[in-house]
Amino acid sequence: MTGTGLLYQGADWNFHIIRDCYKAIEEIAEKELGLNVFPNRIEVISSEQMLDVYTANGMPISYHHWSYGKRFASHENAYRRGLMGLAYEVVINSNPCISYLMEENSATMQALVIAHAAFGHNHFFKNNRIFQEWTDPSQILNYLEFARGYIARCEELHGQGAVERILDAAHALQGQGVNRHSGSRRVDLKDEQTRARERRAYEDSSYNDLWRTLPQSAEPHPVTDGERQALRRRFGLPEENLLYFLEKHAPRLAAWEREIIRIVRLMAQYFYPQPQLKLMNEGCATWVHDRIMTRLHEKGRIDDAAFLETIHSTTNVITQFGYEQGATSFNPYALGFAMMKDIERICVNPTEEDRRWQPDIAGNGDPYGTLRHAWAEYRDESFVLQFLSPTVMRDFRMFRLLDDTRDPYLLVDAIHDDAGYRDIRRTVAASYDPSAWYAEIEIVDVDSLGDRTLRLEHRTKEGQMLAEKDMKLTLDALADLWGYRVVLDEIDVPSGRVVASHEAQQRSS
Amino acid sequence: MDIIDRRSNPHGKNLENRRRALGRARDAVQKAVRDAVANGKIREVGEGKAVAIPAEALHEPGFHRVFTQGARHIVLTGNHEFSRGDKLRRPPSGGGGAGGGAGQAGTEGGGEDAYRFLLSRDEFLDLFFDDLELPDLVKREIATTETTAPSRAGLSNDGSPSQLDLGRTMRYSMARRIGLGRPKPAELEEIEARIVALEDIRPLSAEALDELEILRERRSALRQRLTRIPWIDPVDLRYRRFAHMPKPSTRAVMFCLMDVSGSMTERMKDLAKQFFLLLHVFLEKRYKTLDVVFIRHAETAEEVDEDAFFHDPRTGGTVVSTALEEMISVQRARYPAQQWNIYVAQASDGDNSPSDTPRTVSLLEEGILPIVQYYAYIEVTGTGAIIRGETDLWQAYRGVAEKNPHLAIRQVSDRREIFPVFRELFARKPTGEGSHA
Repeated sequence: MTGTGLLYQGADWNFHIIRDCYKAIEEIAEKELGLNVFPNRIEVISSEQMLDVYTANGMPISYHHWSYGKRFASHENAYRRGLMGLAYEVVINSNPCISYLMEENSATMQALVIAHAAFGHNHFFKNNRIFQEWTDPSQILNYLEFARGYIARCEELHGQGAVERILDAAHALQGQGVNRHSGSRRVDLKDEQTRARERRAYEDSSYNDLWRTLPQSAEPHPVTDGERQALRRRFGLPEENLLYFLEKHAPRLAAWEREIIRIVRLMAQYFYPQPQLKLMNEGCATWVHDRIMTRLHEKGRIDDAAFLETIHSTTNVITQFGYEQGATSFNPYALGFAMMKDIERICVNPTEEDRRWQPDIAGNGDPYGTLRHAWAEYRDESFVLQFLSPTVMRDFRMFRLLDDTRDPYLLVDAIHDDAGYRDIRRTVAASYDPSAWYAEIEIVDVDSLGDRTLRLEHRTKEGQMLAEKDMKLTLDALADLWGYRVVLDEIDVPSGRVVASHEAQQRSS
Repeated sequence: MDIIDRRSNPHGKNLENRRRALGRARDAVQKAVRDAVANGKIREVGEGKAVAIPAEALHEPGFHRVFTQGARHIVLTGNHEFSRGDKLRRPPSGGGGAGGGAGQAGTEGGGEDAYRFLLSRDEFLDLFFDDLELPDLVKREIATTETTAPSRAGLSNDGSPSQLDLGRTMRYSMARRIGLGRPKPAELEEIEARIVALEDIRPLSAEALDELEILRERRSALRQRLTRIPWIDPVDLRYRRFAHMPKPSTRAVMFCLMDVSGSMTERMKDLAKQFFLLLHVFLEKRYKTLDVVFIRHAETAEEVDEDAFFHDPRTGGTVVSTALEEMISVQRARYPAQQWNIYVAQASDGDNSPSDTPRTVSLLEEGILPIVQYYAYIEVTGTGAIIRGETDLWQAYRGVAEKNPHLAIRQVSDRREIFPVFRELFARKPTGEGSHA
């Protein structure tokens, strides 16, 4: 039924060819590599549509906002000026899993993209623990639809300006819209619409001390520590998810404004896993397409020309520039792919060194099983810590710099040798730790008995403060949503000292 | 697995977002447009173009940390010379962030300092002219109201009887009659006459009887056919159709007057040209019909085409009044003042033969200013212009300009000054009362 001869010849493709390629690829992916994927949906689009998809972070639907217009302009320009080739594919973590193929691709590229996206990424989305925990692929498309509709309705009812004001402010706080430390709550994206309606009913029936408008008793009675604690508990403080807190407790927001904040928060949460899994995700997909295309060639399903084209485009993707070419970070495709290849090699054909470094997988003879396990159970940080081998470090010729601002120079304190492997590996892993990217900001207190000041803390080190200008703008946005004064203290964690304190008042809307 | 072909889905999903981004950065966009024009690429104005909006105007803030002091580690690739303990000079790229500051930018991604938007011609011009207004436009209120006039627009099958196009209708009728084979009345009459003749003969022979039978049959067939196929059928009717076409209610003519005598260098002509072009784009936007008349002059004046106007060099002295006379005669012949808005743009280096200046002034004051909407005189000066001070023509025009607000005079010595001058000349005036000293 799947045939044996060449699937196609030349560059032209048609829907039959895509279907045949898909079948041949599926056979290899499932029978040989043991991949387990969401049902696939393949959509053919033009390059112009691809730009749209880019703009919306790969989402097929999104609400209207000027920031997308800006992103579109910058993508469009980069593309038109030839600075950026369009990605050959975009894939959406949804169920069914949607992969976009561009019509300009050659037949080989379409096959490659199917292997890469519809099987590589798809397997990763479905099996990686962090994706499983944080995202609900079966509901995301419905939710996007709801979000767009809801925001459009709000614009009709309350005006574009009012909606934009909330969206701008919420977008500024996006990075603080996730429960990073208190663990993920799997978002239930179902029934959002009914929930939106119920929210209003609930609010009518519930009571929030912040809403008190009656005059307080003339004597300001001293607040005991016990009372303070009780209040903090009631607000669930400390709270790292600023958007969540605002949605639930900001005293002056209307129900629709809370719902918009919730939409932004849920989107932020949906995208939260992606950056911390980028290395593995791309590594996995690239390895899968490389493996599958090689097998297709071995089985005589594609000809030499097609295979060379595959190699050519794979090589383009996995090029890692050195520091001299200005590279300041790792190309996730390059490092990811190199590590996957390396794991495969260690499982099948280990050296003495590998046996010392990776005793539990070296020579186990099950490369596919080992990779599948790694894809499921790790995130970039732990994956690097566990699997970055001396071989890969040598291949990339990695070295580590100590940048101490007290010194007038940068010190090379580890290179790819026995003494340096562990240091380098630790530092590379740490750079993939999400806590290295996100500012650790928490709401620590609400002065609910006084002037309703919202107090936040940024836990950091001296010398790693928030970027001043952005911080001020974001704090203003926060104050707007909260509706009262907001104070942000930056705390030097080692000493516990407050190094800086900022505040903002809400502007009249 | 499903394959869906989405290529035919609606495109341009981001048009609305784009519009909003432009709206948000309106001030920046306007400035960018102004800059684009001021930089002298006026010729491209007609094609729409890209404008760069500083990233500032579309900035999306957020909380993020920056490394300013302390110690940190950075892993880089591509080492082929360093050993442990080597000390490297800090890259010069500024401050404590130095080496790894770039590393962070890499993870952050969006390091753009400006966003480029490709504006269509209309968008561009709308922005360009947004804060400009033609002088005294208020006076001619019809400028904005569009009037329509009926104009012949083919034929239609129905209409009022007074619009019946008889010739056309008869032609269709005849075609139909021929096509359907309507018998001619003469043929019927002939047969009827024969029948009458035969009926009169008695006794009737057998052949005659047969003939009579045949003729009678034929007669009834013809009669039937005649009644069935009418002479004029409703399908033949054709009426003259009139459509209400918008009438170009505002027409403008722009006279470009330029001194092409030997003293005008190429550079000066180029400056003048920029002014003319800008004025042209501007008027084109405001008026449905815009004619341009190029008149060049040295000792004598003539009307020429655009190419000759700008590129054909002349030599000789300068007599400005000849150009004004030529302009008046062209205007009288082709552009009656009641029907046309008249704009005049004159560019010169300010030279004029002294004896001609009084005549120029009187022509201007009596013959031209009363009928034109606006008269802009720009004096392009060479590099040494500042020392030269006021030219004859300038002095003379200044006197007139003081009495006539719709004569504007400016001096320009660099292409960068063109646009500001243009803006100033046509700046929107709160009262609609045009005047600049």
